[in-house]
Amino acid sequence: MRPSLLAMGVLVAALGTQAAWSQPVSPFESESWSAPENGVDTRVFALLQQRGIEPANPCSDAVFIRRAFIDTIGTLPESSEVEQFLQDERPDKRARLIDELLQRDEFADYWALKWCDLLRVKAEFPINLWPNAVQAYHRWVYEQVRENRPYDEFARELLTSSGSNFRVAPVNFYRAAQSREPSGLAEAAALTFMGARTAAWPQDRRDGMAAFFSRVAYKGTDEWKEEIVYPDLTGDEAIDALFPDGTAVRIEPGQDPRVVFADWLITTDNPWFAQAAANRVWSWLMGRGIIHEPDDIRADNPPVNPELLSYLEGELVAADWDLRALFRLILNSRTYQQSPIARSDDPQAVELFACYPVRRLDAEVLIDAFDWIGGTGETYTSPIPEPFTWVPGEQRTIALSDGSITSNFLQMFGRPPRDSGMEAERNNEPSDAQRLYLLNSTDIYRRIANSILLRRIAIAAGSDQDELVRGVYLTLLSREPTPNELTTAVAYRQIPGIGSQNAQIDLAWALVNSMEFLYRH
Amino acid sequence: MGDEERPFDLMSRRDALKVMLLGATGLTFAGRIPAFAQAAAAQVGAPQARAKAVIQIWLWGGPPHTDTFDPKPNAGYDYCGPLNSVTQTNVPGIELGQMLPQLAQQADKYSIIRSMTHGINGHETAAYITQTGRRPGGRLVYPALGALASKFFGYDGGYRGLVPPYIVLTQPQGRFDEAGFLGPRYKPFATGGDPNASRFVVEGVVAGNITDERQAARRELLHSLDALKQDLPDHPQAAKLDTTEAKAYDMILGDAGKLFDLSTEDTEVRQAYGRNTFGQSCLMARRLVEAGVPWVTINYGGWDTHKQHFETMRWKLPQMDTAMAMLLQDLSDHGLLDSTIVWWSGEFGRTPRVAWEAPWNGGRHHFGQCFSAVLAGGGFKGGQVVGASDATGEHVAERPVYPIDVLGSICELLGIDPEGPMPNPRGQDLRVMSTDDQPADSVGRLREIM
Repeated sequence: MRPSLLAMGVLVAALGTQAAWSQPVSPFESESWSAPENGVDTRVFALLQQRGIEPANPCSDAVFIRRAFIDTIGTLPESSEVEQFLQDERPDKRARLIDELLQRDEFADYWALKWCDLLRVKAEFPINLWPNAVQAYHRWVYEQVRENRPYDEFARELLTSSGSNFRVAPVNFYRAAQSREPSGLAEAAALTFMGARTAAWPQDRRDGMAAFFSRVAYKGTDEWKEEIVYPDLTGDEAIDALFPDGTAVRIEPGQDPRVVFADWLITTDNPWFAQAAANRVWSWLMGRGIIHEPDDIRADNPPVNPELLSYLEGELVAADWDLRALFRLILNSRTYQQSPIARSDDPQAVELFACYPVRRLDAEVLIDAFDWIGGTGETYTSPIPEPFTWVPGEQRTIALSDGSITSNFLQMFGRPPRDSGMEAERNNEPSDAQRLYLLNSTDIYRRIANSILLRRIAIAAGSDQDELVRGVYLTLLSREPTPNELTTAVAYRQIPGIGSQNAQIDLAWALVNSMEFLYRH
Repeated sequence: MGDEERPFDLMSRRDALKVMLLGATGLTFAGRIPAFAQAAAAQVGAPQARAKAVIQIWLWGGPPHTDTFDPKPNAGYDYCGPLNSVTQTNVPGIELGQMLPQLAQQADKYSIIRSMTHGINGHETAAYITQTGRRPGGRLVYPALGALASKFFGYDGGYRGLVPPYIVLTQPQGRFDEAGFLGPRYKPFATGGDPNASRFVVEGVVAGNITDERQAARRELLHSLDALKQDLPDHPQAAKLDTTEAKAYDMILGDAGKLFDLSTEDTEVRQAYGRNTFGQSCLMARRLVEAGVPWVTINYGGWDTHKQHFETMRWKLPQMDTAMAMLLQDLSDHGLLDSTIVWWSGEFGRTPRVAWEAPWNGGRHHFGQCFSAVLAGGGFKGGQVVGASDATGEHVAERPVYPIDVLGSICELLGIDPEGPMPNPRGQDLRVMSTDDQPADSVGRLREIM
């Protein structure tokens, strides 16, 4: 545990020295908050105080820029962006950076990827959307994210659209389920928009929910793999359905039950919809849900901080379902801007958000980072000969549309198979195979050894060793090296038999294998 | 390695549903189903295993059966070209082509199948049927037998070896996906590199231009620069990074790396295998089998001799002859032949009639109608010939043998019930290599040599 910064500050002040904060803390921390306390923080810190848990120190600017880039756009910052940010002396520079990031193209790429995980966008088994429909669906999701479509409209369109899977892309919601039985569709709708697993519900609720999807019908066309999703309104029987809150509703013949459900779902006083969305966004940025897991909302799995969750729900609704505004709120909070180093060893510290949670980069983000460093592209494969398996070399993996298109790297690093739409499908745990690949494969070695990005740093530095090390640090770790690190790195090239070129390769190799590179922090 | 990836098992549709439901209630993750991984090899009623390992010598391109194991010296120049004599073997009555004198002295150790047939003349399709037993088409892409063996005897079956359970020396087959529907977890580990080079560079394990000293130095550099990990000493992820790193270095600097270090073999032994890539691959295969690896494929290309056929055979057959004969002898000397199947085959044979006309000027083309395969060890008898071709080697004359017959026989000796369920991710009711799938005129598994 680190000594309290406040206590140290008092001590320093008391001693009357001017040493201040030149190297008082690790490169990951800073001496003071740069963001004002916001509504998130009052609720998080109040609970922490009540439990006697000390929050972490503020994170440094360098940590912040890297974290904000990775968390919002799935991309590492370039060294020029880092330098510019570190030199920026405006007090609101973090807020400005957040605003810039939320407008970048990669924001839409990265969050379309996340939504497509949840919506199970893949061509082949067990979700058989087929390649053309995958392209249409992914494109549609991407555009909704890019245009920042209000979340209630996004959900309503997914739930109520009718038409061709090629032309009316959101109908693919009803094609991307392992089961097209009403209960299977109900399960998908509940999981996606209510963060709930119907398997845990009583039978009457499950049946009542399934009734809303009992008129969903499918038919083929003459076009290969085209399918029309439509409500079959021909029957003359009324349907008795049950909303998940237990309210009964009768759906008359000729009425589309999906619309009845959607209208119930997206009303602002619906307890499920805003809660599930707010909790999901929180978990994406803070590593775990206030209700955890974020797709396991049920009465006996209460939020760890109910005031916080209802505050976020309220803010989402007040912002007219603007998800990006919710991102902005969380990203600007001190809670989000804590250092990754917990100051409390209370077992509840992590789940009550007393530090920023350290977690491995997503597979797609990591391979994009390696491709950026090495100036390389990826080769993808698919179980079926797909026209879309060929992906241009410069296309980012975070922009990949189809969960059936994959690569050895993505498999090895736990990219979700998009079979169930559950958040836990993504496996960010390190494995032996990953480690061997990172430490000793020719693939990683070649990317580093042939990197034009790294060679440019060497050329720019000339014979200035410190400058070279500094450039490599700024590029790979988004920060300046500490004096100790500088000494260690410069000393490495003095080892007999290494040589200057290998020394640079090995420095880059060591940094990409460090926890700091591989993990969000 | 690999135990973090996603296994699946001999699931019925109902079990698959159960997994989905369990997943849905949060009792298990869709991504991690370790219980199924443990149970993988358990196949009810499986035959007693007689073989522990397979060395598949895969002659990509299609080796000429009439120049090797099924010579037709009396067929005339149009068929034999310059290779018109035979070698007597150490088994009376069995003759090989003239270019295989050393293999002739090992004939008591293997059986020759001279009536292989599938009738397909395209590389990809023939490679698929020869290694999966199935005709392509349909909705399923079946795994090669090597991948299936990896499923049964690899990590899911309790394998805890130093190196991966399914290894290909040195390059994967490329135009053929060995793992099929089993998925990438069961793909072979391709070593890359060249075992005949002064340092056999093995992907991930032995880095080519990095000395052990540099490995150690840069590892130390990593440790001293791993600032975040130093600041999070008690973080569970830091502990995981430490254990996975330790295991990786066991591979890199420990015994696994040594396993691939052929310089520890006697110079004489290395010479006896032949100082060429195939020769040293055979030696490497013996070492891997000795270390417990259940399936090694030697991907031995260069047999697609539409042109310059005889010129190529003049240098290629002696290499093959020396290396393979030594492999059989060496396995036998090490007491490994009884438990190791050696399977020599390409995707098809080559046209017995030589294409003397331009532009081939003495070549042989693809020939799936009739060709040869060789099986040794692991319960297969030696000194036998199965089936026969006609006087020119163009048609099967006796006892047609289909790929599924060979594969089913290998399965049985490995202790996999060919009639048993084939693991597959969709939980479909599939059989491993069922006689139901054999062509109508198949005589069935190779009982006469088992």
